[in-house]
Amino acid sequence: MSTAMRLALLVVVVGCAYLFLAHPYWFPAGASATSDSIDRQFRIAFWVFGALFVLGHLVLIYVLSKRPHADGKIPSGSWRLEITWTLAITVIFFWFNISGEHLWSRMMPAEREAGQIEIEVTGAQFQWYFRYPGADGVFGRTDAQKFAKPSEGNPLGIDPGDPAGRDDILATAMVVPVGRDIQLHLRAQDVVHSLFIPAMRFKQDTVPGMEIHSHFTPTQIGNYEIACAELCGMGHYRMRALVRVVSKDDFEKWIKAQEAAASR
Amino acid sequence: MAYFTFPSADLTKRPVSRSHFFSTDHKVIGRQYFFLSLAAVLVGAWLSLLMRIHLVWPNLTLPLVGEIKPENYLAQLTMHGTLMVFFVLSTVPQSGFGTFFLPLQLGASNMAFPRLTATGFWTALLSFFVLMAAFFVPGGASGAGWTQYPPLSALASAGPGQGLGTDLWLVSIGLFCLSSLMSAVGFVVTTLRHRAPGMTWLRMPLTCWSWFVTSILILLAFGILLAAVISLMLDRHAGTSFFIPGGLLVSGKVIDHAGGSPLMWQHLFWFFGHPEVYIAVLPAMGVTSHLLSVFARKPVFGYKAMVGATLAIGALGFMVWGHHMFVSGMNPYAGFAFSTLTTAIAVPSAIKTFNWVATLYRGKIRYATPLLFSAGFVSLFITGGLTGPILAQPALDIYLHDTYFVVAHFHLIMAMAGLFAIFSATYFWFPKMFGRMMDENLGRLHFWITLLGAYATFMPMHLLGIAGHPRRYSELTGVQYVTAMAPLQKFVTVAAIVTLVGQLIFLLNLFWSIRKGAAAEANPWGCGTLEWTLASPAPLKGFVERQIQVNHGPYEYNIAGAEKDFIMQDAPAS
Repeated sequence: MSTAMRLALLVVVVGCAYLFLAHPYWFPAGASATSDSIDRQFRIAFWVFGALFVLGHLVLIYVLSKRPHADGKIPSGSWRLEITWTLAITVIFFWFNISGEHLWSRMMPAEREAGQIEIEVTGAQFQWYFRYPGADGVFGRTDAQKFAKPSEGNPLGIDPGDPAGRDDILATAMVVPVGRDIQLHLRAQDVVHSLFIPAMRFKQDTVPGMEIHSHFTPTQIGNYEIACAELCGMGHYRMRALVRVVSKDDFEKWIKAQEAAASR
Repeated sequence: MAYFTFPSADLTKRPVSRSHFFSTDHKVIGRQYFFLSLAAVLVGAWLSLLMRIHLVWPNLTLPLVGEIKPENYLAQLTMHGTLMVFFVLSTVPQSGFGTFFLPLQLGASNMAFPRLTATGFWTALLSFFVLMAAFFVPGGASGAGWTQYPPLSALASAGPGQGLGTDLWLVSIGLFCLSSLMSAVGFVVTTLRHRAPGMTWLRMPLTCWSWFVTSILILLAFGILLAAVISLMLDRHAGTSFFIPGGLLVSGKVIDHAGGSPLMWQHLFWFFGHPEVYIAVLPAMGVTSHLLSVFARKPVFGYKAMVGATLAIGALGFMVWGHHMFVSGMNPYAGFAFSTLTTAIAVPSAIKTFNWVATLYRGKIRYATPLLFSAGFVSLFITGGLTGPILAQPALDIYLHDTYFVVAHFHLIMAMAGLFAIFSATYFWFPKMFGRMMDENLGRLHFWITLLGAYATFMPMHLLGIAGHPRRYSELTGVQYVTAMAPLQKFVTVAAIVTLVGQLIFLLNLFWSIRKGAAAEANPWGCGTLEWTLASPAPLKGFVERQIQVNHGPYEYNIAGAEKDFIMQDAPAS
């Protein structure tokens, strides 16, 4: 039975190692300014904790194979050992923690830079809406309860009486220029949703009653899927949208065309 | 020793058939909790089977089940989570085995407040029936997940199941909170006041330490959840706005509420919810520490370090709830604190792991089924635990949050490790609870299937999460990159089916052994703690008519010069 147990644990270790080294599925290629450093941090985690997983199981297999001491000596504890392994694991865990805290502070700068692209994201069952402030750079006031009429092209309820709202652009895909910092104003109309853009390594809940600010910088031109990551009801699984990262020129053209359409 | 006799002791003179039902005897109540959890785990496992099948064969219509629509799937996942977390993982290790064995291991004749303990069970049973009733009401059971985030859970118009189904969920969980509080008071007072003479704090088995610390966590955490579910109920029906902000438009309907905060629910819920993880796993850790010592025929390595780690986990458990909320819109500065505190709680967990391994080292290991499951617990605890420090980093959690990576993490560390401890405790204490032995061959077969099945089911889920597969998706067709992961999802489903079918071996063994198993001796495993001084099954009178004097620690195995390879705790002092 001892052999069977050790064999089973060995099968587990080898099986898991194979699964992760072959990894039929893995991160999608990163496409934002932070994706490289996040991927690097995950790689460190993968190797450090992967090694601890293998080591832990090898030690477990080893102790299961050790016979008792011939002299019948039975150890019941050792403060020296306790202190040694506690310090060792504390150093590993906190070294990893501190490196993660550094990364977190780089991802969440306290100061907003000027001249960013501003987009308001609104989650509603089961659709994402993206609003651009238009030429005046100001989002029009919204009141979903009073003015929201999805059938008339005003699902967010932009106040028709607010001049700042007349040039607002509403889109169902997030079109962004490559290489610019995108400042998102995240909102929700009904329940909690979560804007998840795997390629940008970006996720942020959108919470009713709150406007949450977050940002990312796309670095690769292309189309990237958005998924909803917070359970929001029946259609949660199909609350999909696209981020279209385009060149600066294409973005200008797109904005112009949208402005023209909006002013008509 | 007057306080060792309780009013309930009279009940032991009643005929067995009557005292087996409305009894205030802790052994009867412990068994009742055991069967309540068994019922809950059967329903919960059945639901997981339905979900796994639906995910990969969405067009398959099962007989008696019918078509599974997205709202059915969400109801199944909500009920699966609720049943497993509340009625299985927080019930059987603590209220089940704890109610049965805490008094016996401490040498007490019953729990401190027998009627309160009994009321606790009947409240839990009522809570279970209320929860089950939700399947049969219009709209079905709640589909907002076991975390019930408002406004989804606060508004009936937010989806099917968000009406009466959610009301029943809230009533059920409110009752469960009351039940847990009633039960926990008994645990705390029994441990403080009713230990047998000589049962000092440091002679308590580690199981008792775990039950004691867990019951303190229950007293502190479940009160918060009770307040939260009452507030949510008031939001739904009394026009208050604790969690509902202004300006909502749900399914085209104007919601007449203003001023509430959805984040406040998340703070309250996780202030309960994270200690809840330890409420589930601390008793499991206690059982594992206990059994590794018994079956390695060695004292627990570092008993005092184990006690210290248990207390540290209990205390730190209340300071880490924010790691569930890194993407919630909480201030990013809070992420720093919660990340560091969460890393800190990994240290006492690691200390426990080191001591388990050291307990096994150079032991005369007896490879009985309880030992196999305990060793399996250690393996799963290592595997599930090591993804903890990864998820504790906001920078990485941003991506992994609410993906299958998290599903894999908590199923390994909480569900599977917890289940392995429940299995090992069942095989180990079965003779004392039912007077017979469970079948070893079936037990071993059950173990091999469950160990390999658990790994085959949950390890691949890490990869799904790394590839960005969000959890709680009822179909794989809504998002293209998710659709591409169907082959691995199929593998997981097949592994889950094999593992679940393997559990039939356990059920067969359990029910066959209750009736036909070999009669058990008083102390079949050669264990030194007090419950084994009684006959098997533990007689109704327990320690009522016996004077106990504890002279020894709980784990005195292979002591030089001793007659046998273990010393009973109440053996005369040497």
